[in-house]
Amino acid sequence: MIPLSSYLIVSSVLFITGLIGVLIRRNFIIILMAVEIMLNAANLNLVAFSSYLDSMAGQIVALFIIAIAAGEAAVGLAIIIVVFRGKIATNVDQINLLKW
Amino acid sequence: MVPQLFFYYLAFASVASAVLTVGLRNPVHCGLALLSLLFHIAGFFILLNAEFLAAVQIIIYAGAILVLYLFVLMLLNLKTEERYLHRRYALWLFFGLLAAGQAFWFLLRSPFAGKPGDVTPEKVTQFGHTQTIGITIFNEYFLPFEIVGVFLLGAIIGAIVLAKDRPPAEGPRESAP
Repeated sequence: MIPLSSYLIVSSVLFITGLIGVLIRRNFIIILMAVEIMLNAANLNLVAFSSYLDSMAGQIVALFIIAIAAGEAAVGLAIIIVVFRGKIATNVDQINLLKW
Repeated sequence: MVPQLFFYYLAFASVASAVLTVGLRNPVHCGLALLSLLFHIAGFFILLNAEFLAAVQIIIYAGAILVLYLFVLMLLNLKTEERYLHRRYALWLFFGLLAAGQAFWFLLRSPFAGKPGDVTPEKVTQFGHTQTIGITIFNEYFLPFEIVGVFLLGAIIGAIVLAKDRPPAEGPRESAP
């Protein structure tokens, strides 16, 4: 039997990797991919708790998270296409039109 | 013994693919490393007796979302850049490591307690995972399920409206003599 804390450690390592990826990368698409890593870490956490507590709630929420990740990817990539069409830049530090 | 070995393999491979996703230079290689991560997370789900979620993970995440990412990557034809990190990445790396320290601090001092539910592994094996999750989602979580459906509709309409080509300007601006 694998203890619950092992799953939590793996999931927090994945989450922190995604967080660092969001913070240090320049490319917009890679930042969205790092957000997907963080969502997957949260999913793993939810499913591990759901399995260890004999409850289905965590797995249902994990399903909803997958649906929300799909919506986030669609809208985020559409925004990237719009930005790329107007101005040839996909790096977040060059997109500063809204910056005061 | 075998589940432990499987767990260690999955843990090592998923953390390695996450690090590669964040660290690789070429965006397409990052996408492929993310694909590997998604498959290993599906392996974790199988290890946790959640076969339906593992199938959904592979079909939706690896099959739909990741293909969308790779499609946009190839559509935009991004070049591998010389400078692929943020200008002040050392500062942000410091804040990320600070957050890591805080996460592990909370992890080590939390007791992991909770009230057990009534869906035991025996029940799941008896009815099958898909039936169990279906009965739960259509009885107790029906309203969130519908809300997620409306959310997906809104997201798709938003994506189409954002990415659509604007029609050329017409009307009063050009009709001036």
